[in-house]
Amino acid sequence: MPVVTVHDREIHLDDEGFLTDPTEWDEELGRELAANIGLELTDRHFEVIAFARADQAEQGETPTLRRVTAVGGFPTKELFQLFPKKPAKKLSYVAGLQKPVGCV
Amino acid sequence: MSATDLNTAPVPSFDDDEEEGGRKLVLICSKGSLDMAYPGLVLANAALGEGIEVHIFFTFWGFEIINKKTMGDLKFVAMGNPATHMPNAVMGLPGMTAVATRMMRKQIAELDIPEVPEFLDIIHESGGHLWACRMSADMNKLTEDDLYEGVEGIISATDFMELSEGAQTIFI
Repeated sequence: MPVVTVHDREIHLDDEGFLTDPTEWDEELGRELAANIGLELTDRHFEVIAFARADQAEQGETPTLRRVTAVGGFPTKELFQLFPKKPAKKLSYVAGLQKPVGCV
Repeated sequence: MSATDLNTAPVPSFDDDEEEGGRKLVLICSKGSLDMAYPGLVLANAALGEGIEVHIFFTFWGFEIINKKTMGDLKFVAMGNPATHMPNAVMGLPGMTAVATRMMRKQIAELDIPEVPEFLDIIHESGGHLWACRMSADMNKLTEDDLYEGVEGIISATDFMELSEGAQTIFI
């Protein structure tokens, strides 16, 4: 598995590039990951990211988009605007989480 | 493998830069039971989350899924379904459809899967296109007013041929 050094600390990634350890993430890294996929993060992005990370820490798995809407209160339509086309995967990537495994 | 900076790290391929010629999925929902409504809705939702253009065409009994009167009250019939492993003589008794439906609804809710009307809302908000079949509407004497608000139109088989051009099509 790839290990990269960013700002003098080691970051562990899976083969696709998703972080394998959410605790290695910080907002600065989130911005850099977002830039990798052509996104510029706003405060609203960070609100969604904060929910996803907190929920993952509590539940032990990345929330599905349905959960980000139903539990986090972020409208589906807005998630598609913030993270175009593949919201669940893009959110997971910039939030330093694995891809969600749920079907819905 | 190791690298020294994020520029050399793998980046997931989201494959979403090419605008033209993107993937397109058409689902034809022709059944009106609870268990046959979900496959189409789950696939549509998953496809939308992958940036795929999605159209759902509701035809014949599939109208139950978008008819405002029935969409929230679809039934699961266990009789004649060998996968339930229950004798037909039992599943055919009065009230068994209600029991089987209640059980299936509970299982779906436990997985945190939305009910049909909410699922349609999610698909609609995610940019999915919903279409109703002209012949089915005429047979059942239904108009757009009778159907879920997100349905974009009642269209003919010919219209359907046009919108499904170049799409992957799944009949359910």
